[in-house]
Amino acid sequence: MLRKLEFVLRRLLTSLFVLVGVSVITFFLSRVVPNNAAALYIGPRARPEDIQRVSIQLGLDKPLPVQYTIYMRDLLHGDLGTSIGTKRPVLQEILDRAPATLELLFTGMFLATMLGVPLGVLSARWQGKPLDVAVRAISIVGVSMPAFFLGLMLQIIFFRNLDWLPLAGRISNDLRFTNPLETITHFLVLDALLTRNWIALKDAAIHLVLPAITLAAYPIGLIARMTRAAMLEVLEQDYIRTARAYGIRDVIITYLYALKNAISPTLTVIGLTIAFALTGTFFVEIIFNWPGLGQFTVRSLLNIDYPAIMGITLFGAAAYVVINLVVDILQAWIDPRISLK
Amino acid sequence: MSALLEVRDLYLEFKTSRGRLKALNGITFDVQPGEVFGLVGETGCGKTVTGLSVLRLLPRSATITGGQVLFEGTDLLGLSRSRIESLRGSKIAMIFQDPSTSLNPVFSIGAQIQRVVRQHMQVTKQQALEKTRTVLTAVGLPDVTRILGSYPHQLSGGMQQRVMIAMALSCSPRLLIADEPTTSLDVTIQAQILNLLRELQKKFDVSVIMITHNLGVIAQTCDRLAVLYGGRVAESGLVRDIFNHPQHPYTRGLMNAIPRPDGRGKKMATIPGTVPSNPGALIGCAFAPRCEFAMDRCHVETPALFPVGQNHSNACFLAEPKP
Amino acid sequence: MTAMPALTVEPEVQSARTFRHVLSVIVRDPLSLASTIVILLFLLVAVFATQLAPYPNEGAGVTNVPHRMLAPSTEHPFGADRLGRDVLSRVIVGSRLAVIIPLGVVFFAILIGVPLGAIAGYKGGWVDEVIMRVTDLFLAFPSLLLAMAITAALGRGLQNAAIALVVSWWPWYTRLARAVTIGLRERYFVEAAQATGVRDSVIILRHILPNTISPILVQATVDLGTVILAMGSLGFLGLGTQPPSPDWGLMVAEGRDFILNQWWISTFPGLAIFIVVLAFNLLGDTLRDIFDPRQYR
Repeated sequence: MLRKLEFVLRRLLTSLFVLVGVSVITFFLSRVVPNNAAALYIGPRARPEDIQRVSIQLGLDKPLPVQYTIYMRDLLHGDLGTSIGTKRPVLQEILDRAPATLELLFTGMFLATMLGVPLGVLSARWQGKPLDVAVRAISIVGVSMPAFFLGLMLQIIFFRNLDWLPLAGRISNDLRFTNPLETITHFLVLDALLTRNWIALKDAAIHLVLPAITLAAYPIGLIARMTRAAMLEVLEQDYIRTARAYGIRDVIITYLYALKNAISPTLTVIGLTIAFALTGTFFVEIIFNWPGLGQFTVRSLLNIDYPAIMGITLFGAAAYVVINLVVDILQAWIDPRISLK
Repeated sequence: MSALLEVRDLYLEFKTSRGRLKALNGITFDVQPGEVFGLVGETGCGKTVTGLSVLRLLPRSATITGGQVLFEGTDLLGLSRSRIESLRGSKIAMIFQDPSTSLNPVFSIGAQIQRVVRQHMQVTKQQALEKTRTVLTAVGLPDVTRILGSYPHQLSGGMQQRVMIAMALSCSPRLLIADEPTTSLDVTIQAQILNLLRELQKKFDVSVIMITHNLGVIAQTCDRLAVLYGGRVAESGLVRDIFNHPQHPYTRGLMNAIPRPDGRGKKMATIPGTVPSNPGALIGCAFAPRCEFAMDRCHVETPALFPVGQNHSNACFLAEPKP
Repeated sequence: MTAMPALTVEPEVQSARTFRHVLSVIVRDPLSLASTIVILLFLLVAVFATQLAPYPNEGAGVTNVPHRMLAPSTEHPFGADRLGRDVLSRVIVGSRLAVIIPLGVVFFAILIGVPLGAIAGYKGGWVDEVIMRVTDLFLAFPSLLLAMAITAALGRGLQNAAIALVVSWWPWYTRLARAVTIGLRERYFVEAAQATGVRDSVIILRHILPNTISPILVQATVDLGTVILAMGSLGFLGLGTQPPSPDWGLMVAEGRDFILNQWWISTFPGLAIFIVVLAFNLLGDTLRDIFDPRQYR
């Protein structure tokens, strides 16, 4: 137990170090690299006095270490700058839009894991059989398909041709009048469930379908492939031979003895796909007009909303570090060899 | 007394990228109840594969092409998948060469043994735990409570092998197949494990097949043995007889090759030539190319196992009874 | 101490399958064969783009407004876009970008990443620590975010997008090279070379780097596909080459507003990306099966 705690502490420390490093890199990119950082910060219609003022405010004339301290000080006060487009604090914008993106992200990753892992396991178990071939085909298509392309294709097929699913948005506009949804958590499906607003629940859910599938395509492919590869390698190991030598049933060997060993590299891949998914939401959100962080990011990119871009980069990278930390700790909890090194 | 295990004329082939490899070419031997039987030979002679064949643990590339494996009278090769699985670990158990890779790294020792027990015996969780405790104590492990919760990589090689032996004996099998159980262990630990095996064999009244390339191990632990060469039995009999009066030219070469203290300064004896890689492809006696007594006949005909005394057989034309 | 004669230790290269063996495996597997053909076609199209495109000028961006939004026909097999440009020609000319940029990115990523990784793995100690920390730092950034920030700071355009991609990719090769090196470090031929006094730099150059070739080859093949995908994504967001350049991702974005009725504008460039990436992934899979670099994970 103590050793596991030590491991968690060490990983926390490493993550902290990485976070600091991330802040250094974003600092460099946002303040040091551009020719006129202040001008970028204010936007195209800036007056010389304003540029001057912001220059001093950001400390652009001071030596680098001092600049960095100013940067960090602002950061720790939650000041990520002010969006040029919306004139509101960037952090505020991020937090406002986060729930929509998180709902999409969570649904997509849930789908990807719940489908990807079992498919990979079955694929390994029935290696060479039709199921294996089918899973491998789906996986490689998922990994090769550009998310933005898939989203567009799904819209054409399921909205235009079949009219089964809605084109875009999180929820139908009409519902605002007929069955208004009370927002508690800002996670629409959850809120609908909590307030027993079944019409809204169905509506929000079907709006989630296409975006979640689009987001999940790449992760499903990657996770299924990784799980399959890890399982195949584990099934070759001596300890599996021992289990067979003692008559342990096949079901137990596959889903317990082998999987518990194979899950570790799979978890690493899941962590990686979250990185993809984080940025994947950009594409999914613009295509499906999903009012989340991704949409805000793309708009900021188009308008060169500098403070917003930099703020999002920092926020996104920090979120990724935290997610990886969680994944690492999960891995150590499952696989005793890792924490006890 | 009828034999516990009878291997009759076992033939086995591997399918490789370079064609069919005939690994076993008519293996015949038997194991009596309560004895330790040695299967000895150099790498590639087929001893491990023979051991795996008994429990049908062979890889997909291997096919048994002939022969029988009779355990308590029943041919194991003809049994259904579920029947053989019910025998594995319960009536016949196997321990392997490298204990560090043979135990599942993500489950505790206690969990792994208990699962085996509950697989084969109708017992409650509590009873399974007790049985596990008992058997871990029997193999001489200290602080059994701690071991139960430990993971394989936390134990030393010797302790890991003791755990494997415990697992093997947990369901009181009649036959234990030990494939090079001490080869990957330190010399001092080797002796301990071998003594342990001998002791437990008597205590649990279990027969052991000791597969090894080390004649010293055979001398220390076995009652009878079979010498394998080229996928066939070259010579078999009592340990005492074979060590003192080796008959087959290969066996004699092996015995001569053992370094002796009084041989200092003298050149070490070797058997010229190398082990055949695909013995089944050869015609005639597999050892003929390296044999100093080889006759013309040896290169075209395969010798059968001729009896050369009570409980002693030799697969060599030199031993063929004169008409 | 008497001078020892200079003993040369022959580098032991990992059982590298010969080119011929690789070729024979590919030819016998229908999927790999198809992928290789697709890739070769892709390369050919890129090289002879101006000859193959029916309307090369429109490929480069010259508009033809009277033809705007024409559906696919014999005159315009892939239809025409918002500005009347022949989509087929633009896809063909766009293949040049899809070849050169990924090749360049992967090349430089290997150039930077592999030596760093080999040194880190070989020297160990604080050199290893420092290099790994820096690598981890860059890996902590999702590549798109990094590309975003870099293009925002440096400005949009092909060059900056390429720089952003190289910066995102080199850490992977460092990790790979380091893993291979650590595995090799323990091998006897390295110890032998050290024992006979061969300098570290020579050991790395002659003994270690050649052994990194096969896993890197496998990784690079798949990466070529992945970079094309990443480039397409950047193009879609408008962060890569700017209009009127026939970047496939950019083309998909340009056609997005008309997706429901003039589906061809986005579909064909998107399909092009998909097929090429699929081919690289399939080929990469086959190569991985041949070289089996499981040991280097």
